[in-house]
Amino acid sequence: MVELVFDGSYEGFLTCIFEMYIQKINDCTVVEQDHHQSKIFGEAIIVSTNEQHAERIINGIKDKTSKKVLAFIYSVFLQESTQIHNDLVYFIKMIFDGKAYKISDFGDSRILRLHKAKKMMGREVHRMHAFVRFQQLKDDLYVAIVNPDFNVLPLIGKHFKDRYPTMEWLIYDTKRSYGIFHSEGKIDVVNFEEHIDLYQEKIRHENLSSDELSYQKMWQAYFQSVNIKERNNTKLHERHVPRRYWTYLVEKWN
Amino acid sequence: MRLMGKLSVVQKLEILSDAAKYDVSCASSGSKRKNTKNGLGNSSGMGICHSYTQDGRCVSLLKILLTNFCIFDCAYCVTRKSNDIRRTAFTVDEVVDLTINFYKRNYIEGLFLSSGIFKSADYTMERLVRVAKKLRKEHDFNGYIHLKAIPGASDELLYEAGLYADRLSVNIEMPSEKSLKLVAPEKSFKDAMEPMEYLKGAIQESKIERQKFRHAPKVSPGGQSTQLVIGASPENDKHILELSDQLYVEKKLKRVYYSGYVPISDDPRLPIVDKTPVLRENRLYQADWLMRFYKFDVNDIVNDEFPDLDIDIDPKAAHALRNPHLFPVDINKAEYHSILKIPGVGVKSAKKIIAARKFRKLNIEHLKKIGVIWKRAQFFIECGDSKYTVLNASSAIKRQFMLPAAKSTTISSTQLSLFQ
Repeated sequence: MVELVFDGSYEGFLTCIFEMYIQKINDCTVVEQDHHQSKIFGEAIIVSTNEQHAERIINGIKDKTSKKVLAFIYSVFLQESTQIHNDLVYFIKMIFDGKAYKISDFGDSRILRLHKAKKMMGREVHRMHAFVRFQQLKDDLYVAIVNPDFNVLPLIGKHFKDRYPTMEWLIYDTKRSYGIFHSEGKIDVVNFEEHIDLYQEKIRHENLSSDELSYQKMWQAYFQSVNIKERNNTKLHERHVPRRYWTYLVEKWN
Repeated sequence: MRLMGKLSVVQKLEILSDAAKYDVSCASSGSKRKNTKNGLGNSSGMGICHSYTQDGRCVSLLKILLTNFCIFDCAYCVTRKSNDIRRTAFTVDEVVDLTINFYKRNYIEGLFLSSGIFKSADYTMERLVRVAKKLRKEHDFNGYIHLKAIPGASDELLYEAGLYADRLSVNIEMPSEKSLKLVAPEKSFKDAMEPMEYLKGAIQESKIERQKFRHAPKVSPGGQSTQLVIGASPENDKHILELSDQLYVEKKLKRVYYSGYVPISDDPRLPIVDKTPVLRENRLYQADWLMRFYKFDVNDIVNDEFPDLDIDIDPKAAHALRNPHLFPVDINKAEYHSILKIPGVGVKSAKKIIAARKFRKLNIEHLKKIGVIWKRAQFFIECGDSKYTVLNASSAIKRQFMLPAAKSTTISSTQLSLFQ
């Protein structure tokens, strides 16, 4: 079986699909170069990302389906799993075969797996909406540090932009070493090499605004006093707020 | 009464959030409010829980009292006049500042503002409205605002509150007039029903106006809610659920909350409770869900023969066991509403089943993968490969199998052999 190796980007993934049709490769799998292991048997083709080719695949999908399906495919892609990427190839081929309606064939285990992946992505996005905590810096930039299970930053920018249109804010993913920065209605992808302070696990106190710690203290006090001790239920609490998110949460810091 | 010297904002916050926590409503859903160009915040309609307390409840809003000074002496309330606690009050600006700064840090979806009654209903309501107005008008705040509608406040103030709030609520607290009189002699059912009725009218009117004129003002677009205290008075579940049903149908409420009584007071007017009835509270919420999302009639769930919910199994399973003539449901043919009534099948699974069966006949494996809880559903579903013996077991045996693990140990081996 042929392996198509791409650079990990969405455009790279779509270029692979373009190649499948152009080179008439039927039996193949796609794999990110970071996950790729050379095998003794089988052939590997390194696919170099081509934005025009990716664009043509996007337009093809749009013609045969809808914006909603396109958003579904993008969201699922960001789960960064080889198995899911290949399930997507399977589904996109269906679309080009004129069988896009099979998206609701929940009896097909590969289609069902895509829906489950979508649900997991949705949950992680929702958790980011909930658990992101901004800290105000001296220059009035609001910074949040996260390390989500999946690559969800491309999916959460709009939510925060709509909510905080007049604020400058930055959400930084320490796991993937990049962030999204918002200023005056524009979101840019940023990598910080020089501002090392911003992507330490915690922001240094001397960089915070003069009020920041006092609001943090008030939030912590609030969190303590709204609890009803008689009803404590640690199991339920941890199901709602899994421990791996506690590092984000100001209310869990003391 | 203990009066304090000047308290810091953080001390006030501790006191006035502690006093507000027994109001269990924390929803930030049901209202869509778009942000303005230079504004702060919005409501998506979905609601977000930003954190959860140690007791597992959602923290979505900054939930506080404006003050815990109160002229009433309701036995169930920590803020009652005769209780010896520290008393304090926020200024309008303090609440506004906390809301804005917590919101900017993404701690909250908005504000839930309640209050003890100081001086009079109108005096209190006017201050609650002032906070909301300042947030909306001066700070362009478009996050969620939930205000208490104070019984006895004038219609004008209630209407104004509706203009700024996403949701308003009047708590009934005690599920019957008799119980209410016993613990809160100054209050009556009528006090709570009157503002509810007025707001129902105002909300409906604004909806009709908005169909005609797009810019007509929204009045409490997230509707109204209320709260009932469970376990502090003798009413059975039938009484409580019929009251809820009435509130949903007649007062068009969006939510009724059930608050298991936490023994906060040794007031002789209240029963001695050693434990909060959390399980009963949970069953009531499940039953409430069945009425709102699963098209159950209240009398399918509780009736004269079964006036209380089964504590050991959920109300949907209890309904199925009591009504064997409705089952098994043929998953490949039945209509949506019958599928919804199967224990172990939720709204999402039911929709997926309807979609997926167009492609092929569904069997057990498909159903499990779709998300049906087979442990419970197996007794009520007919599909390609369901087991005759399982479907035809008696209700008593099915019930045994549906109990939580700890309680089902009494199943004997002869009963088990039925399933071989």
